[in-house]
Amino acid sequence: MQLFAVNFLISLLWALLTGSLSVGNLFVGFLLGYLALFLMDPHDNEANSYFKKTKLFLSFMLYFFKELIVSSAKVAVDVVKPNPLVRPGIVGVPIDAETDLEITLLANVISLTPGTLSLEISKDRKILYVHGMYVMNPDDFRKEIKDGLERRLLELLR
Amino acid sequence: MIHEIIVSIFLLIGGLFCLIAAVGVVRLPDLFIRMHAATKTGTVGVSSIVVGMIIHFANITVTSRGLLVIAFFLLTAPVAAHMIGRAAYRSGVALWLLTRVDEWKTHGSIMQDDD
Repeated sequence: MQLFAVNFLISLLWALLTGSLSVGNLFVGFLLGYLALFLMDPHDNEANSYFKKTKLFLSFMLYFFKELIVSSAKVAVDVVKPNPLVRPGIVGVPIDAETDLEITLLANVISLTPGTLSLEISKDRKILYVHGMYVMNPDDFRKEIKDGLERRLLELLR
Repeated sequence: MIHEIIVSIFLLIGGLFCLIAAVGVVRLPDLFIRMHAATKTGTVGVSSIVVGMIIHFANITVTSRGLLVIAFFLLTAPVAAHMIGRAAYRSGVALWLLTRVDEWKTHGSIMQDDD
């Protein structure tokens, strides 16, 4: 977190030095700062976690936006089609997320990917009930959420 | 020229998704499935329009605000969908006839006391 602040300051410095506070300039400054920090201290423990987190964060964002766009298109097609291929169902997904933050984010991300909507968490906070638009087979549906979204999210948070 | 084409593509896609979200709310069979169309397709539509706007103006004040609009939309839309879906299920809104499984009901009677 501290390294992120340093990185941001470097990008601000870069933008001020080059004389124009534009988005592109800030972005270039951030990249240069990231590179400089990476070269300066690759063995520092905290630094390593910052660089690893950045990589995980980017790959998560990429995966998330891909899912968002692909499945939005799928839902959109089904809305327009005369006979939509909808197989709805409510499936209980056992989750490994434990803290409030993890569960909240997981439920949020599940709700955001089209085709899934988190409805309720069980009293012992072990099972998340998810309404799915395309539940061909409850076990496959469970596996998709666990292996895709949950695994990636927990990797990022832990 | 190419700049304008890119901006128009984003705006058109955004508008199309918003329209589809609205049609979905009317056409789909039950409340839960309608929530799918209303929240996610709407989010993608709004985000796409905002991205088009950011590309069109390409300066820092619009960009920062645009990115914040998208961020807050991504944060709040699923919470609203979750609350509406949960409230609807608890107050006994019927699921669609062709709904295949309802594991909340089968587990729920064992695990949940009413509150």
